[in-house]
Amino acid sequence: MSGSRSNRLDRRAAVTELVRDRGALLVVSGLGGTTWDLASAGDHDLNFYLWGGMGSAVPMGLGLALAQPRRRVLVVTGDGEMLMGLGALATVAVQAPANLAIAVIDNERYGETGDQLTHTAQGSDLAAIARAAGIPDAVTLVDGAGLEAFRDKLHAAQGPIVAVVKVGQDNAGMVLPPRDGVHLRQRFRRCLLGDEAG
Amino acid sequence: MSESERFDWPTRIHQVLGRCGVRQVAYVPDTGHKRLIELCSEDRGMRAIPLTTEEEGIGLLAGAWLGGERGTLLMQSSGVGNCVNAIASITQACRFPLFLLITMRGESGESNPWQVPMGRATAPVLETLGVALTTVDHPHEVEAAVASMAARSFEGGAAAGVLLSQRLIGTKVFRE
Repeated sequence: MSGSRSNRLDRRAAVTELVRDRGALLVVSGLGGTTWDLASAGDHDLNFYLWGGMGSAVPMGLGLALAQPRRRVLVVTGDGEMLMGLGALATVAVQAPANLAIAVIDNERYGETGDQLTHTAQGSDLAAIARAAGIPDAVTLVDGAGLEAFRDKLHAAQGPIVAVVKVGQDNAGMVLPPRDGVHLRQRFRRCLLGDEAG
Repeated sequence: MSESERFDWPTRIHQVLGRCGVRQVAYVPDTGHKRLIELCSEDRGMRAIPLTTEEEGIGLLAGAWLGGERGTLLMQSSGVGNCVNAIASITQACRFPLFLLITMRGESGESNPWQVPMGRATAPVLETLGVALTTVDHPHEVEAAVASMAARSFEGGAAAGVLLSQRLIGTKVFRE
């Protein structure tokens, strides 16, 4: 149903490309694989990695994007995490923040729990769901050219924009960023807000 | 004029939110919050954000705080059940401030038995999660209660909530 897997993008390379030359980009990652991917691309004070709260990556990116309309915000999350909070796509569509980009790294598996199939392996189309939720600019990416174009767009386009990035099922292993949530919260705020962070 | 009308407590809440610098007002609608939602929606200094489920509000407000904005989440007591993991795993794990305004169902006078179990569980569930609570029964108590819990949240960095009781907001009538 999901087609050939032979030419799937590599998830680590894909996330590294998304945050290439990131400039002032603010990034939120979903728990599990995409947090390891983002850490693998290089730790940064303006990365907020979820280690729990599955389903909350997109709402968190939305609150951040609304609070910081002059900064670009990227949510990098997995298909399983996105499936748990599909309603958030409708909430994003209503708010329509111009500065929010969502990249769903879709390996069609729950990679942290034994590679069980997600719904995207069995017919669910997250880009179509995002469009139907009211985000017209939502696409599925299967190659490097598409990914590169999305990387450029997330710094320039009128958002919100969504890309479902189809990746291979190779388990890339864990790359662990700091796991103290209080530390992650405070360092993000200090870097972004300076003295106002308190 | 009833006590509720005389004190116009939704307006008092809206004023407290304004004074506290609340910008993001996330909500799942409830009849008891109808007027407050209208006031916040009309306030150009605030952004009213309708959610599909209350759980979204927990991540949203954490993101707002990361970005330097204060927010609140308006919901009915049933919605507390939808927020449990997010409050534990995001708010409390990272010690994000959280400010909840919750209209109660399932208290005395509730004529829909399906509302009673979650109404009964609302305060214990929040207390188990470490959310500080105060309950308001009378219109004249609303302003002070909301202001004190907002301070506890935003200044004290805590998770805090106000339970607006059915004595305050009235009970829903089911009638054909």
